[in-house]
Amino acid sequence: MAVKDYIRERFFPHIWCAGCGHGTTLNSLIRAVDKLKIPKNDIVMVSGIGCSARIAGYLDFHTLHTLHGRALAFATGVKLSRPELHVIVPMGDGDALAIGGNHFIHAARRNINITAIVMNNRIYGMTGGQYSPLSGYGILASTAPYTSVDQSFDVVQLATAAGATFVARSTAFHAQQVSEILQEAILHKGFSVVEVMSPCPTYFGRRNKQGDAVDMLKVLQKTTTPIGSQAKEENPELVERGVFVRKELPEYCEAYDTVIARAKEKR
Amino acid sequence: MSGNIRFVQGNEACVEGALYAGCNFFAGYPITPSTEIAEQLSSRLPKIGGKFIQMEDEIASMCAILGASLTGCKVMTATSGPGFSLKQEALGYAIMAEIPCVVVNVQRGGPSTGIPTHVHQGDVNQARWGTHGDHAIVVLTASNHQDVFNMTVEAFNIAETYRTPVVLLFDEVVGHMRERLVLPEPGAIPVVERLRTSVKQGVNYHPYLAREDGRLPMSDFGGVHRYNVTGLYHDMWGFPSDEPVIVNELLHHLMDKIENRANQLAHFKEFYTKDANCLLISYGSSARSAREVVEKYRRRGERFGLLELLTLWPFPANLVREKAAGAGTVLVVEMNMGQLCQPVRLAVDRPERVFLSNRVDGVFISPSDIEKTLRLIQGKGV
Repeated sequence: MAVKDYIRERFFPHIWCAGCGHGTTLNSLIRAVDKLKIPKNDIVMVSGIGCSARIAGYLDFHTLHTLHGRALAFATGVKLSRPELHVIVPMGDGDALAIGGNHFIHAARRNINITAIVMNNRIYGMTGGQYSPLSGYGILASTAPYTSVDQSFDVVQLATAAGATFVARSTAFHAQQVSEILQEAILHKGFSVVEVMSPCPTYFGRRNKQGDAVDMLKVLQKTTTPIGSQAKEENPELVERGVFVRKELPEYCEAYDTVIARAKEKR
Repeated sequence: MSGNIRFVQGNEACVEGALYAGCNFFAGYPITPSTEIAEQLSSRLPKIGGKFIQMEDEIASMCAILGASLTGCKVMTATSGPGFSLKQEALGYAIMAEIPCVVVNVQRGGPSTGIPTHVHQGDVNQARWGTHGDHAIVVLTASNHQDVFNMTVEAFNIAETYRTPVVLLFDEVVGHMRERLVLPEPGAIPVVERLRTSVKQGVNYHPYLAREDGRLPMSDFGGVHRYNVTGLYHDMWGFPSDEPVIVNELLHHLMDKIENRANQLAHFKEFYTKDANCLLISYGSSARSAREVVEKYRRRGERFGLLELLTLWPFPANLVREKAAGAGTVLVVEMNMGQLCQPVRLAVDRPERVFLSNRVDGVFISPSDIEKTLRLIQGKGV
């Protein structure tokens, strides 16, 4: 199908600023779903609140636009009650890891078959550029006028430690790789986390002197490298892209089926 | 018949009522004094192919049941005061997005952590007004286990009929006390099934377009109709809108569908109310002591009556006005600082004749506590 067969055209143009990485991620996601040929009726997209959460409204799936930080909790209810559906949860960095941090680690721990996408632009965009748990030390934001003294999370390490069985990272610059990773994440049986580093030229870029939208994409290109590359050995500062974790553990809904079987035996 | 008689806690009666009504998804988090509901459903639900999940917190439990409800499940969660506070945002979401669900609050003493294993009825107003913004909600209660069962079934029926959350506001005494429960045969009590749309695939389905009778047929997530659900003001397709006309109409719809049915939703019991010149009004476990007092005074030939409310919200103002019309004295019996006393005063013709008999120290209000209040009102001293 064509890309436009997956979108709700009447809501375009979208609300994202020029140069925002979220639109690119939307495109990569559509291409991933199209490649996998998953029927639209089999996909439930659950989102929270923020710029990233608006992705759900633009897509012609079953869409659930929920509360700030709570998308994974709603998604858990959807998935456990209808395990045969594909549940995809796009989130921002604040949505997923500040207000929603508890749900994030516990969804990972359960290994419930949900695809979590963290569109990490290191800022709260919708409310005007406040620092997020992913902004990191020394960043300027509307609530950090003297620079942030908060340390940041590493999404990949956090998701891995919490028990996610598929963990990957790429950037909005590497749209093709994002699409390929998303295909694998959607097919993966278990909780998958895909971090997409996403530029926010309007708030993060302007305040932190990273230049315009194109400059910010170039930053993503220059500061990242494939996992295990020669470049990483030479420059440990580089951020690695690719699939970090790919392992098998009992999936939550399938494991619950064994609970049902045991309960019925004991009748 | 004897096989259907059980000696149970109120929390178990709630579980039985939920299963009778067809509950097949429960998400919860441990909290006293409601935990037995989660414990028992963790055992009972998988036996019937249903799903139980213990979530990471109270907020997540509330959110998970809403996700499951949208796929077509009959859903419930259970909690107590602090957990009920945490659920308020998602409760408002369920109101806005019109998602059927049942939320049990087995009340303990508050505010804050309060007095967890003792009785209070301090969440009456929170149940009505806890979530932000204008809204309407249905709140049911009960004083004995048969009514706990019946009101639990009714809560599911109302939730499914009106696409709304329903709060079951029990209290610690009812939740933990053990007494007889007669389990009705299947079919003995009507069970409302979700109204699903008859709109065929390929034809435009409007999840938020009411039929002539006011009901909004649903379509399960995963079915043939793809639509949007949001906590934002939305149009009949479920898509966000800030059009003043749409915002205005939706808020009025959410209020009216409950408030305009206050009479129809008013469940109650009455004892000797016809000729009562002293009318006691109570609910939950307090109504047990109130009933005892009324029976005692009746034996003495005094014209006492009891109106026991099973629906607290929408407040049955017409019912209360009518039943209190002939009474010189109205005494509201409850275990809080007068939370139901306020709407009673607003409802009756002579608010100056409405008194409060309460107890707020975590000790169950006894018939003699109520009699002390009566002696004060009657000028007989304590």
